[in-house]
Amino acid sequence: MAIFLSNYMWSWLAYTIAALVHVVLILNLVAISALVFIWLERKISGRIQDRLGPTRVGGKFGWLQTLADGLKLLTKEDLRPEGADGMLFRLAPYVSFAASMASYIAIPFAGGAYLLGAAPWAAQHINVGVFFVLAVLGLEVFGTILAGYSSASKWSLFGAMREAAQVVSYEVPLGMCVIPAVLIAGSMDLSLLGDRQAGLFTNWLIFHDPFTFIAFWVYFTCATASVNRAPFDLAEAESELVAGFHTEYSGLRWSFFFMAEYGSMLSVSLLASILFLGAWHGPLPIADWLGLTAEHGRIAMNAGKLLGLVNLLLKAVVGVSVMIWVRWTLPRLRIDQVITTCLKYCTPLAAVMLLGATVWQYQFPGRNFFGLTNVPQAVFSLSEGPPQAAKSGNPVTKGAPVAKVEKSKMGEGA
Amino acid sequence: MGETIYWPSFFFLLCATLACAFAVAVLLATNIVRMAFYLVLSLSATAGLFFLAGADFVGAMQLMIYVGGTLVLLIFGVMLTSQERFVEMKTWSGDWVFAFLIGGMLLMILIPAAFSVPQWGGLKLADSESMVVQDTATPLGMGLLGARVDQLVEPPDRQEHSGPLQPGYLLLFEISSVHLLVVLVGAAYLARAKHKKS
Repeated sequence: MAIFLSNYMWSWLAYTIAALVHVVLILNLVAISALVFIWLERKISGRIQDRLGPTRVGGKFGWLQTLADGLKLLTKEDLRPEGADGMLFRLAPYVSFAASMASYIAIPFAGGAYLLGAAPWAAQHINVGVFFVLAVLGLEVFGTILAGYSSASKWSLFGAMREAAQVVSYEVPLGMCVIPAVLIAGSMDLSLLGDRQAGLFTNWLIFHDPFTFIAFWVYFTCATASVNRAPFDLAEAESELVAGFHTEYSGLRWSFFFMAEYGSMLSVSLLASILFLGAWHGPLPIADWLGLTAEHGRIAMNAGKLLGLVNLLLKAVVGVSVMIWVRWTLPRLRIDQVITTCLKYCTPLAAVMLLGATVWQYQFPGRNFFGLTNVPQAVFSLSEGPPQAAKSGNPVTKGAPVAKVEKSKMGEGA
Repeated sequence: MGETIYWPSFFFLLCATLACAFAVAVLLATNIVRMAFYLVLSLSATAGLFFLAGADFVGAMQLMIYVGGTLVLLIFGVMLTSQERFVEMKTWSGDWVFAFLIGGMLLMILIPAAFSVPQWGGLKLADSESMVVQDTATPLGMGLLGARVDQLVEPPDRQEHSGPLQPGYLLLFEISSVHLLVVLVGAAYLARAKHKKS
């Protein structure tokens, strides 16, 4: 896009605008989804508890309730405890939110990766996307720890310590559950992983073999724990720790923590959809039947991608709704039970699933849907890596020229 | 149209400045948690440099191991063990002199070394534009197994006679990782809470 724009204006302006478009899109996705999910959470919790939930603001269903809440939060006094470490106390919410948002940089929202010159819809196409997203998601806890430490309150510190122990433990099985999908697709590139599952729902990696089927549920459990949601929300257990790490926060800073939480909920759900649930491919290849593919021109292709975007977001919203449903259904675990769940159940299960998926892939190569169907031929050409066509469509990344320099150096050295 | 800003240079300078500035801030801070916070920022800026160089895998590694590792260090190494007198740390002037001496000597070795490599000199933009970005993780993994895909210089017909591949680093890697695991288990065994017989 930067190259397209630079035909019409100064190139520095073109690059800035191209970067800003991505930033604004991602920021709005996180912010607006938080708006929707908070309303959804209140509605679902109300219905589960035989209440109505919000009903008045914005006419029907109280759909503007979150906006009213936001206005209320804006007017609250920005308190700071006397013994608090001022700088860290102010920075902590932003650290949380920035880490939560950074994972969206690498997530592709619609694919067609490398197929006939189509670039994935991602802010920055990173060829080890899975790894990047996992690495960044682990950093969100840093904001929580800073908040807990700098608040100068024992409840906050307890909450932060619990969260730290929990997140560090749950990263292990989480990573292990991701590996089977990476192994089967043969790539850590999220857009390739998504396109590996094109076609009918039988090609989805959750149905690849019994081991990936179980690995998905283990992943979802660990993801719920790693974003600190009930029944694993020990860091803010209100019955024992007042409100955990954000006890001392109020107003807008407090709401940044919540935006970060809902942002990470959505991003782990997006990751689950891309890894296991067919990414931007629906259960039936409707876009292919309608002819919305790259062979029928740019407009058709982009319409197909738009359909893919809707598909992916729908799956992610279902994932978040399941998390909300679980929160209001299950009681909170004790801290030792949380750690036991991770170390005694999730980690061994994930390890066995990883081993099983590897052996299955070795025994039945090129089979899908529990070994019943064949992998479609088109998939094999995917793992060849980016052909020439990928370069033309992709907006030139900022780091690309330097990367090329690296390569040329290696060539000279050899 | 118009003058071109060379964006990689701009972002390189930005990330490098941030990394250096926060590294200095680590030195100047007295509170141990603030030190760790600055260290995290400095290491993240270094990860930014890796991403800028197109080394996505190394960059993500940097985030996961160093930034994430500092986190664990902060919690378990610092916050749980540091007593009153270690929370606020003052550097004595003798330490400053000593540190400047050692650090300056290292810098004097590193700077000439960095500038003495001819390939690291100024490359033209035109040269770099013609190259193709490749996967970064694949050559790394293949190199670990002994197949240096970045150094395939011989023509394909010679590869058939070249015999088995070089052993690579996989065995060494495995030995060191098992060694580390044994050390970890030993440390956990030594540090476990001892129950008194009652």
